[in-house]
Amino acid sequence: MNDFEIKKYSTEHEWVGVDGDRAYIGITEYAANSLGEIVYVELPELGNELNAGDVLGVVESVKAASDIYSPISGKVVEVNEELTDNPEIINEDPENCWIAVLEISDPAQLDELMDEKEYEEYCAEEE
Amino acid sequence: MSKYIPNTDEQKREMLSEIGAAEIDDLFSDIPEKIRLKRLLDLPKPLSDMELAKHMQTLSDKNSDTDHYTCFLGAGAYDHYIPSIIDHLISRQEFYTAYTPYQPEISQGTLQAIFEYQSMICLLTGMDVSNASLYDGASAVAEAVLLACRATGRAHVLAAKTLHPESREVLRTYTKFSGITVEEYGFLDGAADLSDLEARLSPDTAAVVVQNPNFFGIIEDIKEIAELVHKNKSLLIVSCDPISLALLKPPGELGADIVVGEGQSLGNPLSFGGPYLGFFAATKQLMRRIPGRIAGETVDLSGRRGFVLTLQTREQHIRREKATSNICTNHALNALAATIYLTVMGKNGLREVAELCLQKAHYAYSRLVETGKFSPVFNSPFFKEFAVKYSGDVHKLASRLLEQKILAGYIVENDYKDMDNVLLVAVTEKRTKQEIDTLVERAVCA
Amino acid sequence: MKTGTLTIFEKSRPGRKAYSLPECDVPKTPLSELIPERLLRDTPPGLPEVSEVDAVRHFTELSKRNYGVDSGFYPLGSCTMKYNPKINEEAARMKGFTQIHPYEPEESVQGCLEVLYKTGEMLAEITGMEKFSLQPAAGAHGELCGLMIMKAWHESRSDTARKKIIVPDSAHGTNPASAAVAGFEVVEVKSDENGWIDLKSLRETMTEEVAGLMLTNPNTLGLFDGNILEIADIVHEKGGLLYYDGANMNAIMGITRPGDMGFDIVHLNLHKTFSTPHGGGGPGSGPVGVVKKLVPFLPKPVIEYSGKSYYLDYDRPLSIGRVKSFYGNFTVVLKAYAYMLSMGPEGLRQASETAVLNANYILKKLKDDYLLPYDRVCMHEVVFSALKQKEYGVSALDIAKRLLDFGYHPPTVYFPLIVKEALMIEPTETESKETLDRFISAMKQIAKEAETNAEYLKSAPHNTVVSRLDEARAARNPVLNEMSRAAE
Repeated sequence: MNDFEIKKYSTEHEWVGVDGDRAYIGITEYAANSLGEIVYVELPELGNELNAGDVLGVVESVKAASDIYSPISGKVVEVNEELTDNPEIINEDPENCWIAVLEISDPAQLDELMDEKEYEEYCAEEE
Repeated sequence: MSKYIPNTDEQKREMLSEIGAAEIDDLFSDIPEKIRLKRLLDLPKPLSDMELAKHMQTLSDKNSDTDHYTCFLGAGAYDHYIPSIIDHLISRQEFYTAYTPYQPEISQGTLQAIFEYQSMICLLTGMDVSNASLYDGASAVAEAVLLACRATGRAHVLAAKTLHPESREVLRTYTKFSGITVEEYGFLDGAADLSDLEARLSPDTAAVVVQNPNFFGIIEDIKEIAELVHKNKSLLIVSCDPISLALLKPPGELGADIVVGEGQSLGNPLSFGGPYLGFFAATKQLMRRIPGRIAGETVDLSGRRGFVLTLQTREQHIRREKATSNICTNHALNALAATIYLTVMGKNGLREVAELCLQKAHYAYSRLVETGKFSPVFNSPFFKEFAVKYSGDVHKLASRLLEQKILAGYIVENDYKDMDNVLLVAVTEKRTKQEIDTLVERAVCA
Repeated sequence: MKTGTLTIFEKSRPGRKAYSLPECDVPKTPLSELIPERLLRDTPPGLPEVSEVDAVRHFTELSKRNYGVDSGFYPLGSCTMKYNPKINEEAARMKGFTQIHPYEPEESVQGCLEVLYKTGEMLAEITGMEKFSLQPAAGAHGELCGLMIMKAWHESRSDTARKKIIVPDSAHGTNPASAAVAGFEVVEVKSDENGWIDLKSLRETMTEEVAGLMLTNPNTLGLFDGNILEIADIVHEKGGLLYYDGANMNAIMGITRPGDMGFDIVHLNLHKTFSTPHGGGGPGSGPVGVVKKLVPFLPKPVIEYSGKSYYLDYDRPLSIGRVKSFYGNFTVVLKAYAYMLSMGPEGLRQASETAVLNANYILKKLKDDYLLPYDRVCMHEVVFSALKQKEYGVSALDIAKRLLDFGYHPPTVYFPLIVKEALMIEPTETESKETLDRFISAMKQIAKEAETNAEYLKSAPHNTVVSRLDEARAARNPVLNEMSRAAE
């Protein structure tokens, strides 16, 4: 699914993949690695209207829980139900495993996010 | 020198010189001089073991214990039979001197016992998931309400007036500072007043709390309450007496979302009010919102079955201010006692205990009412405890019976101001016919 | 899956029994006349059916799969796993304590009330507080209660803008969690390079919106914050209160007192400092003490003495109310009372002095083998980091697991959060130099093994009844009781 028109990254280590007016949201490889084996994902409710920065869901490993913040505003139009029974698929391929899809309400917000290169530099600094 | 401190003076000197300190005081150099205590603490001089044992025995002898007094007091703490193997087993140091089982490889005993405890609580309550226990029944009610408010996003709670007065007090304390409103609904003939409940339900009602059997010993119709509550999309919290669950339909089958209760009756002594244990069970849907520890089954590297604390991301040591509760402790040793109790009683024994309580309580009730000095207060079905109204001054009656080594019961007026001279009498399987007859006889003469 | 030890359910055989009950000696009424059929259970709960011997053997077998303080050294940082005196257990089993109903009239429970009252008085003297409530059942429960008192006090002065609590980044997880339950917003304050509170950061954070500061001193790094008087001034000047988390009280008994440091509210852990057993996770006891101006806010009832007899005082209009049924974990309090009586004032001070000596001895002996992030005199516990070993791929967890093979309970790992790969060692005063020396040599051997045989550490433990357990599996597919396993 790496064929998004645009893929952007947040400082909270989420990625946003844009497909028309739909935005796929997932957590980055960096985030998945620092969490370790993921054992549970709390998905958002369909139809929820989220503002950028709102908690979209939670990813949990055995010894850590991390909120997923929505990098942009929008309505939740789809959630990845497969994660309910098989949360470990995030670890297998985090950059392609989406958690939820938002209907983008303000495309301008995408400009405020980092591109791949900026994000790589950001992660290097975090280390 | 205390016998609990093994290092000799010579060893202490060796250690200090190893550290490079001249004297013990050097180790406390970070403590400002101004706040150093320059005197001994003003505490009693140390007692030898013999003196201590004697002192404690003297204090113990100042209390009226249930071996020497016949106990008809209940109201949330009950004088049930405790099989002797319980104390022998929970006195094994491997159980009682261990810490929380955070290192599962050397804590399989505690972890498996918790797993078995959780299984038994689920069997009794008819719920999907139980935690490893909380402090007591009252704080379990409060935790259940906090859960319900988080799960529903609502902030109004309806608690039965027939919920134990102390549970209501604890609930009020817990909710006071977190913006949750607790309202009480009334009772009719001793049981929940459904029309009052219905009238008070609002779109902001997160949960309804009911106790069964309730504070007056009366058995509630949980199913009817559940229907009202669920119609309002609120959660139903049932607080119950675990012994009664051998006989009564489990709340899980009747629509309860959370079932809690005081577990003292399960093999734990009265101990002047504690330590007891609060049990806490919920539906699978609420599993990840349950407060406190939970044990789960898994395998080790070689595929052997083992147990661990699981779903820990709910807890304070990981989630900090976002945890489902601040609770850290479970009352593991009390829960172990409950597990051993339920093992000893088993499928048939617990039922026999419940039936003995029921029969003896009804015998006592009929005998007291027959005397004409006591009249019924309610006509609803009850389990092991009942309310009767005394024709004279109930306080005087209680003190006269105390002189005759009978703990008569709980004076209801303490908590329900308009119920003067009502006595709440608890009759467990431990009370013999003779003890009941004596109570009746003495109560009449008094 | 290999089953290992069977559960009690797997040992059940229909027809066996372990109970012995008398015949019903009152005239029996048919059940259906007493309780309507629809309220009755259709089938009895599927509890196990075993004989008494089965039950005794089962739980004895379980106990052998555990490790307690009596089994050996238990240097679990922050938990004060000191020896639990047996005579206290005996006292707590006296019938005049165990067989007492909490609602007996005051005149028939004078002994119980005396124990509670005197324990409160002694704890007040040890901490420099005015009065204690013994109601809270545990440390976290005490925290919650203390924070409610703080909130009630501010509210009683119509000072309602204080919505925040300051908690240092090194604090126990219960601190922020308790603050959240009490309805506060948590603000973190950083530690400086000494591991003390950063005063500049505290000054910036301490505003009129802050109700108070929660502090453990010595802190969770095992260091005494020498700026405590300045800290107290900063908080008090802005109208806040100081809360003392007593988890580390074992370092300072008879040496200094929270009250003299400027604290207003204190909770203690009787199951740590005052030798009552941890019971595999509880029951403990977390009494809360306060300075004079806060006494009216303590939970009710409060135990008082009239000069002739002890009584329960319920008439306390400013009280936050009850936090627990009855009067607290009475028999736990009683064990702490017996402990204080057998130690006396000098014994308690020696306990703290020796606890601190033992920790510094370990610090000195292991600082060449393990990284010591804060290299200064410690109090009753010392925090190392496994970062040196991490270079060989060995984590703090691996070291902890390897210690199990040596017959020790491992130290606390990964706490405090501000130390990477933390190993937090608290020896307590009840361990001899010989025990410490053996532990030190095990730790040194492990440090060597990390360099030479990292794989062996990573697969540790090797001698326990089970090896490392699959915690991810337990959390992904929770099997939380016998029935859900059967359903798998």
